[in-house]
Amino acid sequence: MQKYSAFSLLRNALSGHRDWQPAWRKPDPKPAYDAIIVGGGGHGLSTAYYLAKEHGLTNIAVLEKGWLGSGNIGRNTTIVRSNYMLPGNNRFYEWSMKLWEGLSLDLNYNVMFSQRGILNLAHTPSQLDDYARRGNSMRLEGIDAELLGREEVARRVPGLDMSPDARFPVLGGLLQPRAGTARHDAVAWGYARAADARGVDIIENCEVTGFLREGGRIVGVETTRGEIRAPKVGVAVAGSTSQVLRLAGIERLPIESHVLQAFVSEPVKPILDCVVTFGAGHLYISQSDKGGLVFGGDIDKYNSYAQRGNLPVVEHVMSEVSVMLPFVSRLRLLRNWGGIMDMSMDGSPIIATGPLPGLYLNAGWCYGGFKATPASGWCFAWTMAKDEPHPLNAPFTLDRFQRGYVLDERGAGPYPKMH
Amino acid sequence: MRIHCPCCGPRGVAEFSYGGDGTVRRPDLSVTDTDAHVAYVFERENPRGRHVELWHHIGGCRHWLLVTRDTLTHEITRVEMAGRFAGEAARMPGAGA
Ligand SMILES: Cc1cc2nc3c(=O)[nH]c(=O)nc-3n(C[C@H](O)[C@H](O)[C@H](O)COP(=O)(O)OP(=O)(O)OC[C@H]3O[C@@H](n4cnc5c(N)ncnc54)[C@H](O)[C@@H]3O)c2cc1C
Ligand SMILES: [Zn+2]
Repeated sequence: MQKYSAFSLLRNALSGHRDWQPAWRKPDPKPAYDAIIVGGGGHGLSTAYYLAKEHGLTNIAVLEKGWLGSGNIGRNTTIVRSNYMLPGNNRFYEWSMKLWEGLSLDLNYNVMFSQRGILNLAHTPSQLDDYARRGNSMRLEGIDAELLGREEVARRVPGLDMSPDARFPVLGGLLQPRAGTARHDAVAWGYARAADARGVDIIENCEVTGFLREGGRIVGVETTRGEIRAPKVGVAVAGSTSQVLRLAGIERLPIESHVLQAFVSEPVKPILDCVVTFGAGHLYISQSDKGGLVFGGDIDKYNSYAQRGNLPVVEHVMSEVSVMLPFVSRLRLLRNWGGIMDMSMDGSPIIATGPLPGLYLNAGWCYGGFKATPASGWCFAWTMAKDEPHPLNAPFTLDRFQRGYVLDERGAGPYPKMH
Repeated sequence: MRIHCPCCGPRGVAEFSYGGDGTVRRPDLSVTDTDAHVAYVFERENPRGRHVELWHHIGGCRHWLLVTRDTLTHEITRVEMAGRFAGEAARMPGAGA
């Protein structure tokens, strides 16, 4: 691997940038590997990287049906945070945060992780109480959380509607200073490059179309580029989870696929230096380094495999953003797009062995899998290498629904559209 | 997306609230096998393609509807009343009957 540094940048500048090597190889699939990961999104790529780095498994392949970054890893609003309330969740996401903090160095790739903080606005006294409770739950786990009053919120976010007759008056907010954003494509590319450097084959345009079985065991996959055998097959295909597992004969899962839309405005001068979320609805917004305001709201709230959404949600999101930050109503929208979310029945993920021998499952990320990318790969690699979960992902089983150990952060019940 | 409500006619999707997979059936409460209840509450086929699903016309007649929709193209091929009025279907443009 060609190491990136200020020096290599200078050297390549002097030679007219003609000598950069491709960031990863484009190998043909081998007939067999020690392990296969289906899905070249953030989670599949980070799993491969940590399998190689932490567990010495380098004879492995990542199979991606399209190109790297074509899925949700390249479609999200890039928010990274660990401000969860339930211990099963906040420990896991805090471990992810710690991995984020060292990620650019670890991968030798600038993922542009920017710890600009996330501020959740509170609009009612009971919401502020609720935030105090969540903040305390975070601090018990050693996670940073600060409760802010109205004046402090107004000082930090000058564009907010803080007028006395605001439709949703802001009473305060919960701040996680270490939260922030990262460049989503860079995360996929950085993991791909670092995994490739350790010998992992990253195979694009290779769709898994079936599973090879011997007895009850999964022993490999059928793909559009031929059969590939491996004693361990990990599936990390986000919104396509039900589709792919159906190929292995699993007909029903605690997952529904829904479309989530996101939006970016025309670029403007710096106006928003942290991530802000609206508390009287569902809206999250940040400003990218290029100046665009990046924001999103609710999913469309019906099963969908179409990577585009409907207009009522566009209208809803726009009305939320302009009630919260009135200046946004005068900006033009540059683009909007959608991605297919693997919405689980309790809003929490699954990182587990099974559901068949030889198979491993990573799914159920809902809106929140980008921030999980490092820890998800780290825990999934552990689970695949050792055939048992790490304590951090032990709560994320597939049978928790059966056993009554759901992790429902919002207490919303078994309705995927509510998480 | 528009849904042809058998009672109100074609209406925008914003008037409706989604009720999820319309094919799952709650087991009789005398069934003590928990698997059947777990399947009803938590497990879904989640197909890419034809999906029979419940919608509540919350901003209209307030009937629950069974809608047959393609989850990839959003094409709706059938809408009928659920519950007490089951079987009463909407006349869909181009859908024949
Ligand atoms: C609009 C939007 C906004 C979001 N905002 C945030 C946010 O702010 N913060 C946050 O934490 N999370 C966010 N998320 C969620 C996050 O992006 C996802 O949870 C996460 O990216 C999912 O994991 P992944 O990267 O592995 O998925 P993906 O990138 O979708 O990877 C799955 C891959 O599997 C491949 N695949 C599917 N079927 C097959 C097959 N048969 N064979 C081979 N390959 C296959 C797909 O092509 C795809 O590349 C957002 C998502 C969307 C859509
Ligand atoms: Zn109606």
